[in-house]
Amino acid sequence: MNRLDATFDQLKRDRRKALVPYVTAGDPAGDDTVALLHALVEAGADVLELGVPFSDPMADGPTVALACERALAKGLRLIDVLQIVGRFRERDTQTPIVLMGYLNPIESMGYSRFAKAAAAAGVDGVLIVDLTPEEAPDVTPDLREAGLAPIFLAAPNTQEPRMRAIAQEAAGYLYYVSLKGVTGSNRLDTDEVAKRVRQLKAHISLPILVGFGIRDADTAAIVADTADGVVIGSALIQALVDRGERPAVDVARNFLAPIRAAMDAGAQTSGNAA
Amino acid sequence: MPTNPIPEPSRPPAPGHFGPYGGSFVSETLIEPLNALIESYDKLKVDPAFRAELDADLANYVGRPTPLYFAARLTREYGGARIFLKREDLNHTGAHKVNNTVGQAMLANRMGKTRIIAETGAGQHGVATATVAARLGLKCVVYMGEEDIARQSPNVFRMRLLGAEVVPVTSGSRTLKDAMNEALRDWVANVDDTFYIIGTVAGPHPYPTMVRDFQSVIGREARAQILEQTGALPDAVVACVGGGSNAIGIFHPFIDDPVRLIGVEAAGHGLETGRHSAPLTAGRSGVLHGNRTYLMQDDNGQILPTHSISAGLDYPGVGPEHAWLKDTGRAEYVSATDAEAMQGFHTLTRVEGIIPALESSHAIAHAGKLARELGPEASIIVNLSGRGDKDINTVAEREGIEL
Repeated sequence: MNRLDATFDQLKRDRRKALVPYVTAGDPAGDDTVALLHALVEAGADVLELGVPFSDPMADGPTVALACERALAKGLRLIDVLQIVGRFRERDTQTPIVLMGYLNPIESMGYSRFAKAAAAAGVDGVLIVDLTPEEAPDVTPDLREAGLAPIFLAAPNTQEPRMRAIAQEAAGYLYYVSLKGVTGSNRLDTDEVAKRVRQLKAHISLPILVGFGIRDADTAAIVADTADGVVIGSALIQALVDRGERPAVDVARNFLAPIRAAMDAGAQTSGNAA
Repeated sequence: MPTNPIPEPSRPPAPGHFGPYGGSFVSETLIEPLNALIESYDKLKVDPAFRAELDADLANYVGRPTPLYFAARLTREYGGARIFLKREDLNHTGAHKVNNTVGQAMLANRMGKTRIIAETGAGQHGVATATVAARLGLKCVVYMGEEDIARQSPNVFRMRLLGAEVVPVTSGSRTLKDAMNEALRDWVANVDDTFYIIGTVAGPHPYPTMVRDFQSVIGREARAQILEQTGALPDAVVACVGGGSNAIGIFHPFIDDPVRLIGVEAAGHGLETGRHSAPLTAGRSGVLHGNRTYLMQDDNGQILPTHSISAGLDYPGVGPEHAWLKDTGRAEYVSATDAEAMQGFHTLTRVEGIIPALESSHAIAHAGKLARELGPEASIIVNLSGRGDKDINTVAEREGIEL
């Protein structure tokens, strides 16, 4: 069984929800991205989303867009991102890693070549933000053949028939975009999210993670009550940007730990109630 | 440089695909508004009432049909084929851009959208959008790179006079491509009340097709006018290509005719310098801004900065239909440098009393070469896509003249 499915199975058995931090590869810690990823796992991350920098990140808000710019300014390439994953795997063979980015750098490398290199490095899933299920049949066969899970988005305005189309292409988990907006937006309606997550569960058997706009422990706990987990990116990156002289690994641990605690407390409560 | 990894189409081409190009590469949140747009546009484009309203606006508000003008002195100057100019510079707001914004704004109105957004480089599309928004009483927000705002201050002021909010874009290279990223981000966050008027034949489906349809009025008129004036089709049609809307607009009605279609990209300081905006001539296939097309990109798939003396051609991509017309050989794509465009600019101004936009000056420059190659028996239509008043500061600065 691949690492993603194994992790979600274990979480289900433990009645815990997935905590998934997102960081852009190469930022803010440069070569220390590997250490940062290990710190996130130590602080309770179940799955890691690693951003592949792109020059034109049109679905991202300013926090992630600037992280991309800084990483690219350091000369970070897709093959460097794969090397980061490879070095992370030297010490951690359990935690799934999902690459998140845009299609062009992957298409530029070639789908098949990318899929093989990513799988060899220890990548488990790939979320391509600007790849819709309609365009996916050119891309996903190479990913699947290499054992990579193609991960797709669903949005608040995704119509029901499309949910089935998405379910057909998707593996690993479904990423529910919690609001109409870019990453890092700040106006989440948690009741609406809960309603939509329940709708999605009627169409899709994959675990459903919620991201875009989750900034703190309270929101994470509320959302995790219905969803199978949460993704936190911009708020974490902002904390790292604002860290001053403190080591990035400490800031990341301190950021994630209370969220983990709140989610586990929430799971405990609903567990008792059930 | 890696070889072109153009995927073979593995299924019947969907609407909005031009061979392997085009398509819809956007985040999921934009799918629903794009589908709503496709549905409305498919319905309205065959609706006689919509057509009639559009035709009336093109006639009475834009000033169509624009003349097809035989440039006798330019023909003599270049010493070859007869050169005819399609005078899109005579449209309201001074360029072909308004043909499209009138149509899209009318569509926005019918769809009940109350807020218009647009991206702009030189400001011509921004002005054309702000103009139609003012006329229809729609709120208008135009995204413009900080660099371009500094270069094109008169157009910024024009847009503000027209009631538009001009938002400076400070991300990335702070030019047109970043303005388009920002407009897409705005649209994702405001899909319920907002209509995004894209200014060129790029972006996700249906934009490349829809903008082509609105711009094809140029070629339909030009084809009828040349037949009426000369009794024959031209040997060639020449247009500048940035995103490619004026070119596709004049090419399309000639596509089944034995007429050479020639697009002229901006070679900037020269193709060999890398400082240019010529993706069809010197780029390779990739995905940006919702479609697959030729792009200026590095070996790692990152989009490269571009350069052209004309801000309207300063874009790293090109409409996907042009990519397909290039691959199939139906259209030819060449390039003209900043210096060649400047020569074209001065020549047309001096011998015909028409000041062309620097964008259109690229087409004029190539028409000179082509006219000599084809000889006096032949005829050429050049799309004079815009007027050059907006460029006089750029020209003066380049030539060391203080205004």
